[in-house]
This record gives sequence, structure tokens and C-alpha cells, in this order.
Amino acid sequence: MLEAAELRCERGGRTLFSGLAFTLGSGALLRIAGPNGRGKTSLLRILCGLLEPAAGEVRWKGAPIRELREEFARQLVYLGHAPAVKDDLTAAENLSIACRLSGFPATEKSIHAALETLGVPPQALVKKLSQGQRRRSALARLVLSESVPLWLLDEPLAALDAAAAALVTGLVAEHVRRGGMAAFTTHQEAGFAGVPVSVLDLDAFDA
Amino acid sequence: MLDAVRCLVARDLLLALRRKSDVGTALLFFVIVASLFPLGIGAEPNLLRAVAPGVIWVAALLSSMLSLRRMFEADHADGTLEQMALGAAPLGVVVAAKALAHWLVAGLPLVVIAPVLALQYDVSPSLYGVLALSLLLGTPVLSLVGGIGAALTLGLRGGGVLLSLLVLPLCVPVLIMGAGSVEMAAAGLGASGQLLLLAAMLVGAAAAAPWAIAAALRISLE
Repeated sequence: MLEAAELRCERGGRTLFSGLAFTLGSGALLRIAGPNGRGKTSLLRILCGLLEPAAGEVRWKGAPIRELREEFARQLVYLGHAPAVKDDLTAAENLSIACRLSGFPATEKSIHAALETLGVPPQALVKKLSQGQRRRSALARLVLSESVPLWLLDEPLAALDAAAAALVTGLVAEHVRRGGMAAFTTHQEAGFAGVPVSVLDLDAFDA
Repeated sequence: MLDAVRCLVARDLLLALRRKSDVGTALLFFVIVASLFPLGIGAEPNLLRAVAPGVIWVAALLSSMLSLRRMFEADHADGTLEQMALGAAPLGVVVAAKALAHWLVAGLPLVVIAPVLALQYDVSPSLYGVLALSLLLGTPVLSLVGGIGAALTLGLRGGGVLLSLLVLPLCVPVLIMGAGSVEMAAAGLGASGQLLLLAAMLVGAAAAAPWAIAAALRISLE
């Protein structure tokens, strides 16, 4: 279970939100909403431990993530704005390295299958791929992250066409039904195949 | 944890292999700087022999400054660095792997090529071993200490100059011991004192620098 307690975030001398609290239990799906510059990405980065909150803390199964560090990192997948793929590597090499670094090495076969699910040619150099295909190759990690309980996705649907967006929402819905938990930001309204989505509106925590 | 190290070193070597020009420029810079001095000073064998260790070491230092910026910049720009910070291995271990890969790509070629450059200075062949050994011990320290500067200046505009200003003064002891060891050997005295001190610096840097780099990276990532 992921718990946020009285979080406050300051960026560039400005308070983005304060007093933010929520809990995300098993099988819950959370959409973080708010206009641009409201702190959606900052909140996700605080939740995964990349950013220290100005006040408050994030707890994973009751323990502060600051103390858990790698132990917590192994329980989560964070996909940020940047796709985190290398131009000079192939999509398959990128995915294989990402899996190994996150502590869940995957077989070549499953990597190829994951990329093909998302419609990315595994042996193509990433620099030859389009923006949307890059995004898809980064999202292919979700196919291999079934056993990772917490998914934190920053704008997972950006730059995706309708078919890919449906694939990704399908993956997220399946993950939540399995008992996983996910938090994501998005501007588009998206359906998650009947899985209820709770909404956290950052405007409500305006400082 | 070791798997993460192996994976990252292999990845960085593969990337260097696919972008040979990046590696080539720093090495070529080393060769050119070290070759300019004999041309500028003129054919004065005694003088050239005397300045050789210092010049080659300074050229190695400057060349490693050139490649330092690349240690984390690309990973920061494409988001890979965030993923490393959220990886299963501690960030200190990850950056140690990055520094090792950086040295293999940017430091080790200098060690190999330095004796060839020493030819231009009429350095006695008996000193090639000491020169290469001093660089072998010293260049990893440059990668490790430089990594701290690279992490601190990450994402800053004009960070390259700032990086050199930060790191070069810290590298002075390495330069003194490195060039000194060759000079001592040339004078017929043993170089082991200087080389042992270089080895001690390497051990110290290898133990402490990765954690300093990791702390600096966490600040840069915020």
C-alpha cells in the first residue's frame, strides 16, 4: 500500500500543493489531474522518491520510502516524460537493459514478444523510430512488469495513436484487476475497461 | 548488483562502439596536444626529454576533461539516469560502473598510446613502463574525481568550462605524482614511492567518489 501524508511541494520558490494526502491500496487506479504546471509530474516524482517533498512523507507498506530506497525501487515501475531509451541501441537492447537494471531480467523471447505486442520492430535502432514508436518501446516494459506491484506513469498516453492508447489502458486495467496499483497523469479522458478510476485533483490542494 | 554493473559497463562500451567519433575526438586531442610541444619547442633533445613527463600528463588531464561531460549528460537528457536512480542496485554501485566504463573508453586508450607519443620526446624506452603504469594508476582517479564534477554540473548551461574549473585543481596531486614518478625514474631514482602514492589515491577515490557522485546526482535529478 502506498500512502502519501501531508505532502507539500515547492518548485522554484513557489508552493505547488500542500497538505496532500491519499492512500493507494491494492487494486486501485488513481488519475492525477490538474492543469499544466500544477505539479502532476512533481507529485509522481515525489511518489517514486526522485524528488524530496518540502514537507510530509511517502510510505510504502507503512515504512517511509526514504529509508527503503532500493527495496522500494524494486516494487515500482516509473515511466517518465522522457522515454529513457538510447538512440544508438535497438529497441530490444534498450528493453533488456531496462529490465536488468530494475532487477527483473527478462528472456530474449519475452522481450521480443513484448515489443511485438506494442508493434515495435525489436531489431530497429531507436533513432530510426518515430516519436510514437519510441514511446511504445518504453511502454513495452509494462508488459514485462506484471509482478511489479506499483506502476507510476507520467502521461502514458501522450504521442500514442488510438490503437496504442487502447493497448496501454488495457495493460493498466489488467494490472489493477490482478491486484496491482497504478497512478498516472493524463490530459485525455481515458476509459480503463470498466476499472473504476479515482481522481486526485491537484487544484483542491492549492497552497 | 553485479549484474547491474556488468550490464551497464557492457551497455556503455556498446554505445561507445556505435559512436566512435565521440571516443576518437578526445584521443585525437591528446595526440595533437602532446605533438604540438615538440613542434613549438624545437629539436632540443635535452629540453624535450625534461618536459616530456609533465607535458604528456597535462595532455592526458586535458583530454580526460573533454570526455567527462559525456559521463552523465546523455543519460540525463533521455531519462535513463532517472531509471538508474530507481534501479535495483544502489546508485553508488551504478555510478561506479559508469566511471569504470568511462575509464575503459577514455582513460585506457591514453595509457596505451602514451609510450608512442613519448617517442617524439626522445624519452628512453626504459621509461615507457613507468609512464604507462603511472597513467594506468592515475587516469582512473581522473575519471572518478571528474565524475563528481560531471554530476554537480549536470544540466547547467556552460557546464563544460565550470566542470574543468572545478575538477582540474582537484587533479593537481595526481598530476604531480604521475609526472613526478617518470621524472624520478629518469633521474635513476626509484619511482615506486610516487606510484604507491598514486595507487593509494586510486584506492581512496574508488572507495569514496562513487558515493559522492551518487549524492551529487540525486541533487541534480531534483
